[in-house]
Amino acid sequence: MDYVKAFLIGGLICALVQILLDRTKLMPGRIMVLLVCGGAVLGFCNIYKPFQDFAGAGASVPLLGFGNVLWQGVKEAVDKSGFLGIFQGGFKASAVGISAALVFGYLASVTFEPRMKK
Amino acid sequence: MDWKWGIGVGQELEIKMNQIVGAQSISFEVSPYIISSGSVVGSKESEGPLGKLFDMSNQDDLFGAKTWEEAESNMQKEACVLALGKAHVKPESIRFLFGGDLLRQGIATSMGVESFQIPLFGLYGACSTSGEALALSAMSVAAGYGDCMLAVTSSHFGSAEKEFRFPLGYANQRPLSAHWTVTGSGAFLVGTTKSHVRISGVTVGKIVDYGLKDSQNMGACMAPAAMDTIIQNLQDFGRSVEDYDRIITGDLGYVGQDILFDLVQEKGYDIRVKHMDCGMVIFDQKTQDTHAGGSGCGCAAVTLASYILPKLRKGEWKRVLFVPTGALLSTVSFNEGASVPGIAHGIVLEHVN
Repeated sequence: MDYVKAFLIGGLICALVQILLDRTKLMPGRIMVLLVCGGAVLGFCNIYKPFQDFAGAGASVPLLGFGNVLWQGVKEAVDKSGFLGIFQGGFKASAVGISAALVFGYLASVTFEPRMKK
Repeated sequence: MDWKWGIGVGQELEIKMNQIVGAQSISFEVSPYIISSGSVVGSKESEGPLGKLFDMSNQDDLFGAKTWEEAESNMQKEACVLALGKAHVKPESIRFLFGGDLLRQGIATSMGVESFQIPLFGLYGACSTSGEALALSAMSVAAGYGDCMLAVTSSHFGSAEKEFRFPLGYANQRPLSAHWTVTGSGAFLVGTTKSHVRISGVTVGKIVDYGLKDSQNMGACMAPAAMDTIIQNLQDFGRSVEDYDRIITGDLGYVGQDILFDLVQEKGYDIRVKHMDCGMVIFDQKTQDTHAGGSGCGCAAVTLASYILPKLRKGEWKRVLFVPTGALLSTVSFNEGASVPGIAHGIVLEHVN
């Protein structure tokens, strides 16, 4: 059942983004920024945690979840270290995600050759 | 004082002055001819409606190179070799080469034609470069500056995407309004040797800017320039739409064509029957997923070489106005919020018996 919920919720988020790509003139970069900021805002409003408890990976894997992770990291750091926490918390919480993206992206570029679009 | 076979200096001056017509055009007293042409395309173009008409194509779009940019240079070289070969002319016989492409600093052209060692004029007219190169070649021949000129342009989907949008490795989704940059190069030998197609006149385009900022809708940005040059050509030469068998734009696409018809209608002309667009002809929109149509310098150039010139040679079309259109934006200007102006050059091509 967890798998079904993750699949449906994650798919729904992607479908909504696809609608933005198809129907608006928004560039992919802008849409990604929208997702991260949206996730941070939802985290701030305490909406994202219950949402993630329900949907599992369907809410934590998409970029929306990444925004929430950033927010949680900054919140914890500010609670602990005050003002300086604003700068400390974000990178610390997202370190795994960012490193993984860098490493896998690099490996992919070394392994594969880009080909002409069909 | 220069007396040529009984023609006095005064009369020679009169002939030269008579060639200047209207506001933007030249009507050649002694027409230069398009002696031969060469077209080289990539895989998608070779699978399109004009596939069998191109001289050469390549299935991996790399043409033996390791980068898209080098591939584009190789295409230019091959197109020139083909055009020269068909006319049995050596590179040494070419007086000047007029060439350009879409990449910054015109690098595809520089690298592509380097080995020919022909004195070079590097050009930029965005997708109207084929018109610009043909106009300048024709003007040089008609003015007596040489017997044989070479005009060449190219574009490549891989290099253009990297230049203007995202590198192919980024694997982004392209909106439905986007044009598909043609992977292709067209080369043309222009000179005094008689052939079945002559360039009887040119209308040099000026920049036309309606303040549009949508780089995803190139057709709309370029249509005003196409309208301006077409109308100017008709007025300068005192012609009507009926005097041309076809009025052919470079890459306005489906959206741009509609806008062009409206703009031209506002000026009192109707070109709906005579109009053709290279970007709409080179790909099959339904089967090839090319969205708004083909674009790029290569689009107009290879369509001219493989589809339009043969019809003119055979006499199926007697007189055609070839109007490649370009959008004069840069990667910087767009990001800084500037509008996208257009330009279009009109080349009058006529059948010779």
